[in-house]
Amino acid sequence: MNASTDPGALDGSFRLLAQTASLGAQRTDRLFIAMLVICGLMALLLLGIVVGFAIRYREGSSADRSRPPSHANGLEAAWTIAPLIIFLVLFVWAADDSVQGALVPADALPVNVVAKQWMWKLEHPSGRQEINELHVPLGRPVVLVMASQDVIHSFFVPAFRAKQDVLPGRYTRLWFTASELGEYRMLCAEYCGAQHSAMIGRVVVMTPADYARWLADGPRGTTTAAQLGAALYERLACAGCHDPASSVHAPPLAGLYGRDVSLADGSHVVADENYLREAIVSPRRHLPAGYAAQMPSYAAQLSGDDLLALVAYLRSMPREELRR
Amino acid sequence: MSYLCDGHSLRSWLLTTDHKRIAILYALAITAFFFVGGAAATMIRLELTTPAGDLVSDDAYNKLFTAHGVIMVWLFLIPSIPSVIGNFVLPLMIGARDLAFPRLNLLSWYLYMAGGLIVLAALALGGVDTGWTFYTPYSTMFSNSFVSLTLFGIFVTGLSSIATGINFIVTVHALRVPGLGWFRLPLFVWAHYATSIILVLATPVLAITLLLVAAERLFQIGVFDPAHGGDPLLFQHLFWFYSHPAVYIMVLPAMGVVSEIIPCFARKRIFGYRFMAYAILAIASVGFLVWGHHMFVSGQSPTANLLFSLLSFLVAVPSAIKVFNWTATLYKGSIRFDAPMLYALGFVGLFTIGGLTGLFLASIALDVHLTDTYFVVAHFHYIMVGGSVMAFFAGLHFWWPKVVGKHYPERLGRAAAVLVFFGFNLTFFPQYLLGVAGMPRRYHAYPPEFQVLNVLSSAGASILAVGYLLPLLYLGWSLRHGRPSGANPWGATGLEWQTASPPPTHNFEQPPEAPQDVYGYTPEIGARFGR
Amino acid sequence: MSAVLPPASERSDAGTLGMWLFLAGELLFFGGLFAGYAIGRLHSPAGFAAAGVRTDLLLGTLNTAVLLTSSFVIAIAADAAAAHRARAAVLGFAGAALLGLVFVAVKAVEYRGEWHEGLFPGPGFSMRDAPQGAELFFMWYFSATALHALHLVIGMLMASGCALAQGLRAPAWLRALDAHAVALYWHFVDVVWIFLFPAIYLVAPRA
Repeated sequence: MNASTDPGALDGSFRLLAQTASLGAQRTDRLFIAMLVICGLMALLLLGIVVGFAIRYREGSSADRSRPPSHANGLEAAWTIAPLIIFLVLFVWAADDSVQGALVPADALPVNVVAKQWMWKLEHPSGRQEINELHVPLGRPVVLVMASQDVIHSFFVPAFRAKQDVLPGRYTRLWFTASELGEYRMLCAEYCGAQHSAMIGRVVVMTPADYARWLADGPRGTTTAAQLGAALYERLACAGCHDPASSVHAPPLAGLYGRDVSLADGSHVVADENYLREAIVSPRRHLPAGYAAQMPSYAAQLSGDDLLALVAYLRSMPREELRR
Repeated sequence: MSYLCDGHSLRSWLLTTDHKRIAILYALAITAFFFVGGAAATMIRLELTTPAGDLVSDDAYNKLFTAHGVIMVWLFLIPSIPSVIGNFVLPLMIGARDLAFPRLNLLSWYLYMAGGLIVLAALALGGVDTGWTFYTPYSTMFSNSFVSLTLFGIFVTGLSSIATGINFIVTVHALRVPGLGWFRLPLFVWAHYATSIILVLATPVLAITLLLVAAERLFQIGVFDPAHGGDPLLFQHLFWFYSHPAVYIMVLPAMGVVSEIIPCFARKRIFGYRFMAYAILAIASVGFLVWGHHMFVSGQSPTANLLFSLLSFLVAVPSAIKVFNWTATLYKGSIRFDAPMLYALGFVGLFTIGGLTGLFLASIALDVHLTDTYFVVAHFHYIMVGGSVMAFFAGLHFWWPKVVGKHYPERLGRAAAVLVFFGFNLTFFPQYLLGVAGMPRRYHAYPPEFQVLNVLSSAGASILAVGYLLPLLYLGWSLRHGRPSGANPWGATGLEWQTASPPPTHNFEQPPEAPQDVYGYTPEIGARFGR
Repeated sequence: MSAVLPPASERSDAGTLGMWLFLAGELLFFGGLFAGYAIGRLHSPAGFAAAGVRTDLLLGTLNTAVLLTSSFVIAIAADAAAAHRARAAVLGFAGAALLGLVFVAVKAVEYRGEWHEGLFPGPGFSMRDAPQGAELFFMWYFSATALHALHLVIGMLMASGCALAQGLRAPAWLRALDAHAVALYWHFVDVVWIFLFPAIYLVAPRA
């Protein structure tokens, strides 16, 4: 269970602040430093006053104690409004950062992640898979599409100041743009059972050229997630209903990913990974408008990895006609 | 005849309806539970001195931190100040002979004991390894430990909390001595009133949540199971809807204690009484609206995140107001540094630090990095231990003469307070740094770069342990050998000091008159009582 | 100093306040259940609709009538108790308890029917082709109605106690039961049902 399995490669030396290795981390650090300074000053000021009063007004001292005040509405107003303003400024700053962080760039490199007790399985679009390791190119946004096979886990890279819970039955996403070459800790941050603290690994940031070489160096004959998905699409004969020429009235799938979909109950959703996944495992839960509830569930025939592959296939071919 | 002499049999204690005796029954129980929870903490800190998981197995470690959390939250912190100090002092402060429902009070204690023993039984049978937060689906579908039994034990202690809350609220409404209006009440009473509202309204949500988890485990009624269309996040919402107000159950009474002690030992009226009272109400009410800040990375919507973040910043304001008012109370006072005051000042400092670090966690972008790390562990220990436990000890020392009629040895009291303060900071400040560096919580083994800070923390814990053991020893000693204290050894205002120490069974020989001014401190009062 | 206990009127005021506080907590207890139900319905409207129409509207409506009547009866009983009309009080409390028993019996019949139709959640759940959420609906249904019935049974015990307390040789602890507070509790249990009824039986139009 010893966590330090990687001598030499990962920096195991003591440091007060984690390395800053992503663009998001740089932004977070700015806020952190500001918070530290503001809160630090408030703390020092307050504690200084308390200690100061304690010394000056200790019993027996000769300080002036005439007309001790018992209340001062003006002062109360001041020390209510001033912190309120400071807190609101901090809130807005932090909120802005988090809103920025929630917008996944369209050109982000998608990596599928499956978490299970007690390991991480990652798959690049090229099909290359890794266990407990994530190789990423420098300077390119990467979005992790994550699902858990069992309990809630949490994908955490301190150097990126990035963390996101990984849930069963749903996809969650985490994106970052690595800004420093090197290797960084990757940890599970949501207690998930016995070997929670062993569910760690490393993120390796490489130059884009090295990354391309690394991808190419993978085991021969690896199929991409999308290719696996295409095979599944064919095996399960999805085109039987979803092909435009089919006699069954089923929603067309070409270019569906990312589009707005109107549902039978009048609401609208964006067809993201979660929508596609749910449409395959619980098709009648959110019926699209204008279609009968006749698609069966494929939950029993598809594993978590299969689902990720199918979803990858559906999103990877935006305008091409899907094969029969 | 003092309440202590009014019956010596075991039956007279176990079937008592005297709020003062019930307070002592609670005190004995929570002390025992505190040391069990502390033993678990000792094992945790011992394990964490080395990066490798070499002291206990991973399974055992997970059970240790779960036991520590469950025991400290439900069997120690939540009942500590209200059920020990509140039970004893609240009726005295308002001039009442007892609580509104004395028999319900005894039932509260029995429910608490039953729940506590069930939790200990689960521990003895093999323990539970879900963490005190019982997140699904781990707790419902994957844990092989004694989850349902533990949940049942907590459920039963929850019933005790609700009963106590109802008792306190009705007492404050119905049993105040004539002439004692709301804005003449000690802030301790305000604090316990607000705490009781939270107890009554929040605990039932915990009750239904625990029942649903048990139902999923026992009857496969999987409302949190995504395979059936359920939602694991629903558990988190329901759990934190209780557990966030629960932290105010743990801190508001502490604030009440501090508001009694600082004026007494600064010989000065509390500054800004009305604002202090309103701040208590604001904390209790806004505290119900912030639970989602425990879920910023859970998969909750970004909109919800923003709302909870804003509300979390807002809830910090009334707490800040209280800290400023305590500070202003010191201004132009005449300050003595007896043990209760040392603990109370320690509270102010440590609560301030803990509260400010809460702002870091309220900021979504920072919370993404810091949540589920040791930063959070440090934050809540600063509030719960640096705050609530310090205040509990402050109150314990302040009202000790009233409860037993004897002085405790003052120099040892001060020494213990200082030891606790330093031990506490050495234990928990490094944990802030561990969190910033990225060490996740609930880790049995950890990457080697985190060792230095862990060693410092464990060293601090050993000092803290000594600091906590000292009062056990000298307070026990004082029962036999302490100097008799008289009715009002501190020269304090407040009705509880107008009756004998220890008080007679029915609290007051004559019905007391409402105090004109419950914070009417001047330096002369001290001189009159010849301290 | 005055008597050990405050006067009876003050005691009943305290008792009533205590019961209101307890009911506020109960509101949150059931509130958690309703919140979960609402979220389930929001996320799986088709599944909840498909499941909702399988509930027995006739028995549900019958039970609503029974419970509303019992609330009326217990209100009369509490009033009679306050006016020291012992006979009316006994009949009223006993009647309410009896009506509560009828409710529980009807519920048992309902559960039995649902068991035979395979609507209990678990491996035997029969609505396999329904949209996802149908089984979840029944999980909420059984949890909520079971907890409601449990509260009703406690109410029946207290109402029976109030009836017995009117007797001449009733022990002191029984006579300490506050009739007004018990009636208040009963009304609360009724109110919870008033919200449960549409949530369970009126989810979707039936064919």
